[in-house]
Amino acid sequence: MSAASVAPTAGGVTQVVGSVVANDPVGAYRHLVISAPGVAELASPGQFVALAVGGPTSATLLRRCFSLHRVDAGRGTVEVVIAAHGPGTTWLTQVRVGDPVDVVAPLGQPFPLPAEPTACVLVGGGYGSAPLFWLAQALRERGCHVELVLGAATRDRLFGVDLADGTTDGVTVTTDDGSAGHRGWVSDVLGDVITRAGATEVFACGPMAMLKSVTDVAAAHAAVAHVAVEESMACGVGVCMTCVLPITTQDGVTKMLRSCVDGPVFRGDSVRWDAFANGICHVPADTVGAPRAGGH
Amino acid sequence: MSTTLGPVTLPNPVMTASGCAANGQELHRFFPVDELGAFVTKTVMAAPRSGRGTPRMAETASGMLNSIGLQGPGIEAFLENDLAWLASVGARVLVSIAGNTAAEFGEVAERLASSPAFAAVVGVEVNISCPNVANRGLVFACDPVSSDAVVRLVRESLPATTPIFAKLTPDVTDIVTIADAALGAGADGLTMINTLLGMVIDTDLLRPQLAGVTGGLSGPAVRPVAVRALWQVTAAMRDGRLPTAPLIGVGGVRTGRDALELVAAGASAVQVGTATFNDPSRPRRVVDELEAEIARHGFTRFADVVGIAHDRMVSP
Repeated sequence: MSAASVAPTAGGVTQVVGSVVANDPVGAYRHLVISAPGVAELASPGQFVALAVGGPTSATLLRRCFSLHRVDAGRGTVEVVIAAHGPGTTWLTQVRVGDPVDVVAPLGQPFPLPAEPTACVLVGGGYGSAPLFWLAQALRERGCHVELVLGAATRDRLFGVDLADGTTDGVTVTTDDGSAGHRGWVSDVLGDVITRAGATEVFACGPMAMLKSVTDVAAAHAAVAHVAVEESMACGVGVCMTCVLPITTQDGVTKMLRSCVDGPVFRGDSVRWDAFANGICHVPADTVGAPRAGGH
Repeated sequence: MSTTLGPVTLPNPVMTASGCAANGQELHRFFPVDELGAFVTKTVMAAPRSGRGTPRMAETASGMLNSIGLQGPGIEAFLENDLAWLASVGARVLVSIAGNTAAEFGEVAERLASSPAFAAVVGVEVNISCPNVANRGLVFACDPVSSDAVVRLVRESLPATTPIFAKLTPDVTDIVTIADAALGAGADGLTMINTLLGMVIDTDLLRPQLAGVTGGLSGPAVRPVAVRALWQVTAAMRDGRLPTAPLIGVGGVRTGRDALELVAAGASAVQVGTATFNDPSRPRRVVDELEAEIARHGFTRFADVVGIAHDRMVSP
């Protein structure tokens, strides 16, 4: 199912058959550079790409979504960081230079940038840190002080420690096993970093459990957390309704919102973390249109 | 490529499939939705509905399971926001409706008929076959008596000039019996097929992968089931066992050639569903691809291809 290029529209999204410019190993991950003309000039940090996998006749139909790591309008490229989990991501980690990849991007809501210069802490779990360096650059261009906290299970699952030096005012590293930086979780060190930097904003991307603890730590230190959630998506463009999560909206009610169009970036304190347990997200009883007795 | 569905003529026979295209604005970023024969909306019920918990999706070979649970804004918000927008861009709309009871189906149809944007509505698809409801008894299409009550109430709530299509599940012993009940109750046509009830077990956690346990199977994997259902109902119509009525084919269409297969089995129009997740431009591409297929076979009228496989079957 090769796709002809679709011209960008008012929705600020484009679809293009890109081609692989580079595919390099970086720790436990692959760093892909894809030529995808028309995407970069539309994109902001926090947005994502949806990549088709397996070629035109693939039996793996659903797109794989990745945070944009970097874009280059001059070269017409987008960059993503990929970990091989299943057949789709494995296929993507094995693409060669020159291979076609069908790209739909940019998608979703970007990280909100503060109106006034302030101190910010950016928190990345594993390759969830991919979008944070571009974000750091955008924040520093606005006069913000930017510190980074990078955490992972092991040293090889960290991403971007080497990129942090040039783009931030400080970086703190944690690993579960102590193979790099502090032994423990990002939430163990985050409070001190927020306090030391005098940060008012925290931006985070990584596993859901980490995002919840980042939200809690930020709140305890009078900072606002903006989290890019990780929900599995079938389409990435807002038509399948699979990537929903319970969000408390501005009028105080909880709705099941799509992370692909209303997110992936949400205020951490708007996410109903109480609904998540054991890899399942339940519909809170007070959600608009929640199932009545007997379910639905 | 125009096609006639009862009292309605569409410029081409390609539609979105309900629940695979939201309500238009998202796909309109990729192609003008008014270029489709019709835009089929996500099933709407009387009240807002949250749908089920997550995970709601499991990828399968050449398809997927979904367990959305008919999440939707409710008919009032749908009319105010979604239908009004679809009308504003000139889309021809096939509105998919459902209810927890036969009476609710009727109420939703009645509200729809009173909408200022009703002129954009070319028909109503009655979803009596969604598998993602806790009470499987709600799958009216599994029971001829229930189907009959729902279709009758919807028919009474809409102008006679608005065709209604009952959407059927293939998860029944005999789809011809259900088709007969729906047509007998006043449906002008049928949409076949809805998803098949399926289940995936996560082999790492050794537990059901979906929060809702079971889900609807869709995608190219189910296309042979759609072809079979269309074939059986069309054959019954040709034999005089069923009244003749237009069929809308849906199930596993990814390309023009896939669409042609459903048309040859008896579909007068074709919906593109799961393939849209793979490529948001797919429904629009299928319009051109199907047109090319019809031309490749040397036909000048789309209608001449509908059900043609019945004529060309080699009898033993």
